[in-house]
Amino acid sequence: MIHIDVNIAGWARRHNFLDALFRAGTAGFAIVVLLLLGAVLLALVRGAWPALAQFGAGFLVTEAWNPVKDRFGALAPIYGTLTTAAIAMLVGVPISFGIAVFLTETCPPWLKRPLGIAIELLAGIPSIIYGIWGLFIFAPFLQSTLQPFLIATHGELPWIGELFAGPPFGIGVLTAGLVLAIMVLPFITSIMRDVFETVPPMLRESAYGVGATTWEVVWNVVLPYTRAGVVGGVMLGLGRALGETMAVTFVIGNAHRISASVLAPGTTISATLANEFTEAIGELYISSLFALGLILFAITFIVLALARLMLARLKRQAGS
Amino acid sequence: MNALSRYAVRGMAIAAAAVLWTGAASAQISGAGATFPYPLYAKWAEAYRAKTGIALNYQSIGSGGGIKQITSKTVDFGASDMPLKPDELAKAGLVQFPTVMGGVVPVVNIAGVKPGELKLTGKVLADIYLGKIKTWNDPAIASLNPGLKLPSQAIAVIHRSDGSGTTFIFADYLAKVSPEWGDKVGVNTSLQWPVGFGGKGNEGVAALTSRAGGAIGYVEYAYAKQNKMTHVLLANRAGDFVAPDSTSFQSAAANADWEKAPGYYLLLTDQPGKGSWPITGATFILMHANAEKPEIVKQVLQFFDWSYRHGDKLAEGLDYVPMPDKVVGLIEHTWKQIKDANGQPVWTGPVM
Repeated sequence: MIHIDVNIAGWARRHNFLDALFRAGTAGFAIVVLLLLGAVLLALVRGAWPALAQFGAGFLVTEAWNPVKDRFGALAPIYGTLTTAAIAMLVGVPISFGIAVFLTETCPPWLKRPLGIAIELLAGIPSIIYGIWGLFIFAPFLQSTLQPFLIATHGELPWIGELFAGPPFGIGVLTAGLVLAIMVLPFITSIMRDVFETVPPMLRESAYGVGATTWEVVWNVVLPYTRAGVVGGVMLGLGRALGETMAVTFVIGNAHRISASVLAPGTTISATLANEFTEAIGELYISSLFALGLILFAITFIVLALARLMLARLKRQAGS
Repeated sequence: MNALSRYAVRGMAIAAAAVLWTGAASAQISGAGATFPYPLYAKWAEAYRAKTGIALNYQSIGSGGGIKQITSKTVDFGASDMPLKPDELAKAGLVQFPTVMGGVVPVVNIAGVKPGELKLTGKVLADIYLGKIKTWNDPAIASLNPGLKLPSQAIAVIHRSDGSGTTFIFADYLAKVSPEWGDKVGVNTSLQWPVGFGGKGNEGVAALTSRAGGAIGYVEYAYAKQNKMTHVLLANRAGDFVAPDSTSFQSAAANADWEKAPGYYLLLTDQPGKGSWPITGATFILMHANAEKPEIVKQVLQFFDWSYRHGDKLAEGLDYVPMPDKVVGLIEHTWKQIKDANGQPVWTGPVM
């Protein structure tokens, strides 16, 4: 008896030790992430310091980007980043919503799987392929179709005329926004589809049972039930649109200018970094690029924080 | 005497073999920088390796990157299309010398216009890049091209989005022919462009130019030639319209007075001469004046010595203009500035 007791105690001790080791190990991995994040932030701040010290808060609101005179400002890339992401969301979210509704509500069962797989494949295409396609096929197509149409129909209007002014060149802010819209589509769609499918069939069937149309079911039953997930999907798409580099670099025109027209060329933070980092000469120039990186970091952080905040609010509302 | 000299010859042969053997053993020299001469350096390296077994590892990361890497001593030599000024060289402790010359070529994409048909002056080119001339049928362009049917299409101005020695040479030319360019934009490897679209690298500019209707861009000559792009004729300082080719580059290069240029800081744009192509430039090598690894430095210098002596054909085949022999003598004299820890020049003359 005693003999067995000792054995059990030993086994338990060893078990406890392994368990502690395992816990410490996993905690260690988690800490590595925090350390990495801290190190990246530190490196960015250190690299950006000379530019921030030189230009101060003015860096954020200056449009100039002049390597000849060593005057740098982040306004044009910030503007381009936000505008292209906004266009991508404006176009991408409604389409994703439509696809997700079709897939979960009205799609014939035999089409459901192939269509779902096709959308996921779209997410697997490397961004450089989108860039090449955007430059060689999509941009010339826009130059001869959508852009002349927009200029002819909207170019003369007051207020919004400014948005569609100028000659059609194919590449520019609008093209970049549209390519981004296509790129975020699969992400938003697949999350929306997944969360729509979590709606209990009883809720849906009841709504149909009392005579609701498909639209009424989606708008009044499915969407309220899945709000948090939908917001999460949109934010994921937005995060991707803000940080996308290669595809945007191909089609945005890489010009450090703020133009009222979406047909004009612009630049984004990530495109500027991709273009200029390797060839930047001079401390202030390199430091300004680091500062741009820091700003992108901050923008992404703010977007994520806002998403969390919205989700928390939604949860509270749902609870009350 | 006879026996003695025989011994001496034998000894020298053994010494030479030893030098070659140590060369083959360490086997690799590394450089980084300008993309403009990369195709040529690759050819030279291939031929040199076949001859000596010494391999050159050259990364074409761009002139800015080349300057950065040689300054931080991660490579044996840096390469740049933008020469450093003598005071910058002294400050960084670097020695600079040119390897080959070449041309930058404006290319266009206008429906119905074939290579060499469109004529432009430097002033008009500058005004296009300043955004003052906006359409192809502008009177300033039309008056230069009476026989050519030009569309009312808007001009899509294409430039480099990355820093580039090609941009430096191009901007230097525009500043020489247009005071307004010098005032408003200036000269550097990257600029604040008043108008237009940016493409990354020669290939980025080429892609945008060939895709956007009504586009004008500028690329390095070999790139324009290999891709059969529509080059323009440019008016040079003598007022003649010339086509970009090795003859017109050589004509511009013939004016280069390297002897009177301290640190070889010399820009070959807007040179006189009836047949001179106006946007011509040289590309440069940067090395540290204090050789920390004299053996490797010596191998680098031997490589360039061999290339100057035996690489002219390869250079001409790729449409670069080789350095005249007189200038090569001058350059190899400059190499005496590169010294080892004891203050002795590393370069003692060619072994082959």
